[in-house]
Amino acid sequence: MNRSLFIFIGVIFTVVFSLSGLVLVPDWQFSEIGQFKTADGTLYPQPLTGPPDAGRHVYMDLGCIYCHTQQVRPEGFGADIERGWGRRRTVMRDYMFDPINLTGTMRTGPDLANIGARQPSRTWQYLHLYNPVITSPGSIMPPHPFLFTVGADAAPPPDAVALPKEWQTPTAKYIIPNSRGRFLVDYLMSLDKSVDLPEAQ
Amino acid sequence: MATLAVPNKPEALESQELLTRVQTDRSCRQTVLIYYTSAVFWLLLGSVLAILASLKMHIPGFLADWEWLTFGRVRPAHLNSMIYGWAVMAAIGTLLWLQARMGRVRLPLPLLLPVSGLVWNVGVAYGMIAILIGYSSSTEWLEFPVPVLGFFGFCLVLIIYATLVMMMRRKVHHTYVSQWYIYGGVLWFPFLYVSALILTQAPHINGTVRAIANWWFAHNVLGLWLTPIGLASAYYFIPKVTGRPVHSYHLSLLGFWTLALFYNWAGTHHLVGGPIPAWVITVGIVGSMMMFIPVTTVAINHHMTMLGQFHHLRTSPTLRFVVFGAMSYTLVSFHGSLAALRSFSEVAHFTHHTIAHSHLGVYCFFTMMMFGAMYYIFPRILRREWSSAPLIKVHFWTTAIGSIVYVVGLGWAGWVQGSMMNNPDIPFMDVVKYTIPWLESRSVAGTLMSVGHFVFAYLVWRMLRGDGADQQGPTLLTTARSLRKQRERKARARERAREVA
Repeated sequence: MNRSLFIFIGVIFTVVFSLSGLVLVPDWQFSEIGQFKTADGTLYPQPLTGPPDAGRHVYMDLGCIYCHTQQVRPEGFGADIERGWGRRRTVMRDYMFDPINLTGTMRTGPDLANIGARQPSRTWQYLHLYNPVITSPGSIMPPHPFLFTVGADAAPPPDAVALPKEWQTPTAKYIIPNSRGRFLVDYLMSLDKSVDLPEAQ
Repeated sequence: MATLAVPNKPEALESQELLTRVQTDRSCRQTVLIYYTSAVFWLLLGSVLAILASLKMHIPGFLADWEWLTFGRVRPAHLNSMIYGWAVMAAIGTLLWLQARMGRVRLPLPLLLPVSGLVWNVGVAYGMIAILIGYSSSTEWLEFPVPVLGFFGFCLVLIIYATLVMMMRRKVHHTYVSQWYIYGGVLWFPFLYVSALILTQAPHINGTVRAIANWWFAHNVLGLWLTPIGLASAYYFIPKVTGRPVHSYHLSLLGFWTLALFYNWAGTHHLVGGPIPAWVITVGIVGSMMMFIPVTTVAINHHMTMLGQFHHLRTSPTLRFVVFGAMSYTLVSFHGSLAALRSFSEVAHFTHHTIAHSHLGVYCFFTMMMFGAMYYIFPRILRREWSSAPLIKVHFWTTAIGSIVYVVGLGWAGWVQGSMMNNPDIPFMDVVKYTIPWLESRSVAGTLMSVGHFVFAYLVWRMLRGDGADQQGPTLLTTARSLRKQRERKARARERAREVA
C-alpha cells in the first residue's frame, strides 16, 4: 500500500460516509417533525424565550449536564418511569427547538427532563441550589452560594427566601436569588415533557 | 580481500543512515520540543483540575464559594486540558517526529511549525479560560467556544501540509503501517472537529441530531485521531525497541481499513435508550461489534511481535509504557464493544462505569503510549539521556498502579450504581451514598497518577537543563537482579545450543 492518493481517498470516504449515514440522514428524515396540537389547542413544544432561555445559559455555563440528564428512557429499559422522572419516554419531538444538546450522559444526580412538573416549588429550588443538603440530606451536589445574596434584616425584602431555622446564622437568616439564580429556576420550571405524544405511547 | 570488502559496505551505508537520522532528528527539535513541553504543562494543569473535581465529588462544600471553580466548570476544564492540551499536543509532536523518521526527510516549515505550537497553546488557554468564567458551549468534548477553531484551524492546516509534504518527499518508497495511521488521523481530526462544531451549534437543527453529531464526534476523536496516533506509536516503537519486524503486514493492512470503516459508525452507542431513532443506535451497536476485527488483528500483531521479547520490558522505559498502552488498547476496545450492547448499556450508561472506561482509553492506552514515545523521542531530538532511571520507575509504577485502581474501582462502582438505579425500590440517595467510598478511592488513585506526572515533568525539566548529558548510552531500567537474570538466560541458551550441537 504505497499510494498516498489511495489512502487519502479511502480515509476521506470512510468519514464522510459515516457523517452522512449517522447525522445527515436522521436530520433529513426528521426535518418533517412539527409541533403537536394538544387537546386544548396549544402547540407543543414551544421554543424557549425570555427568562427561561436566559436560565438555559446559566444551566450551560455552570455545567449542570455533567451530573444531570434530561431524557426519560422507555418503560422496561432502566427504571426512569418507575422512579417518577417522567410519565412517558422522551422522543425527538421534545427536543426539536433545543439550540444545544442538553440530554446529558451522566446521572450522578437524578434526571431533570420533567423537573418543572416534579418539583414546582420555587422556594424548594432556591434552597436546594443555595445548599442542596438543606432539602436533600446526603446530597453531593455542590452548593451554589454565588447565585444568592444573604441577609439578616428584621424586615426581609419581598423576594427573600427564609432559611429553615436550623440553617440560620446571625448573619444569614434569608437568601435573595440574584438574576442568574432567578433565570436558572425559571429554566428548571420550564422543564416539563409530560404532554402526551402519539409517538411516545 | 573480496571477503573483507563485503562488511565494509553496509558499514558505510549504516553511517550514512545514522547521519540522516541525526539530521531529521535535528530538524524536528524546535517544533517537537514546543509541542512536548506544552503538552507536559497541560498535563500538570489537567491533573490539578482532576484532583479538584474528584475531591469536590465527595466533599461538595470544598471551595464551593468560588463560582469559577464549581464542579461543573472544573470537570470540563480538566477534560479539555487533558485532551486538547496534553493528548493532542503530545500526539502532534509524536506524529511529526515519526513522519520525519520514517520518511527519512527533514521536517518542513522550520519557522511556521514551531509558531503553530505556540498558537495551539493560545487556543487551549483561551478555551480553558472561557470554560472557567462561564462561556462553555456545554457540549461534551466541544466545550471550547467557536473562535478557538481559528487557532486550531491555523495549526491543523500547517500540520496537514507538513504531513502531505513529508509523504511526497519521503526517501523510502514503501510506506509503513504507522504512516497510514498518522495520515488517516491527520486528515480525520480536522474534518471531525469542523463538521461537529457546525452540527452541534448551528441553528435549525433538531436537538437530538445535535446529540448524535456530538457523540459521532466525541467517539471518533478517540477512535480516528488519538487511536491512530497511539497505534502508529505502538507499531513503530515495539519493533524498534525489540529489533524484530512486525509480525504480519497483511494483518496490519486489515486492521487499518477495518478501523477506518467501522469505528466511524460506533459513536451512537453512547445514546442507547435515548430519544433518537432506534436504527441509529442499532447501527452504532453493529459498528461497535465490528470493531472486534481491527482490535483483534492489532492485538495479535503486537503480541506476536513481542513474543519472546518480553524481557526487554525490564530494561526499556519506552517499551514498558508502550506495551502497557498496547495491552490497555485491547482491553478498552473489547470492553467498549461489549458496553455498546443494549443490555450492558441499560446498566452502565449514565454511571461512573463510563468514566472508568474513558480513562482506560485515554489514560491507560493513549497517555501511557505518549509517555513511551516521549521517553524515546526526547533523548533523540536533544541528544541527551534521561537523568535518572529510578525516577522513571517511580513514574511508571505510580501511573500504572494509580490508573488500575482508578479504572477497576470506578468500573465496579459504576456497575453497582447502575444496577441500583435500575431498581426503583432503592431510594436515589442510597445510590449516591453507595458511590462515595469509591469516589474517595478515585481521589487517591488520581493523586497517585498526578504524583507520577509531576515526577515526569521533573525528569523533562532536567532533560531540558541537560542533566543527563554526560551519560554514556541510553538510560535503562536495568537492576542488578535483572542483569543477573539476563546472564542466566544467556547461559541457558548457550547450554541448549551445546546440547543441540
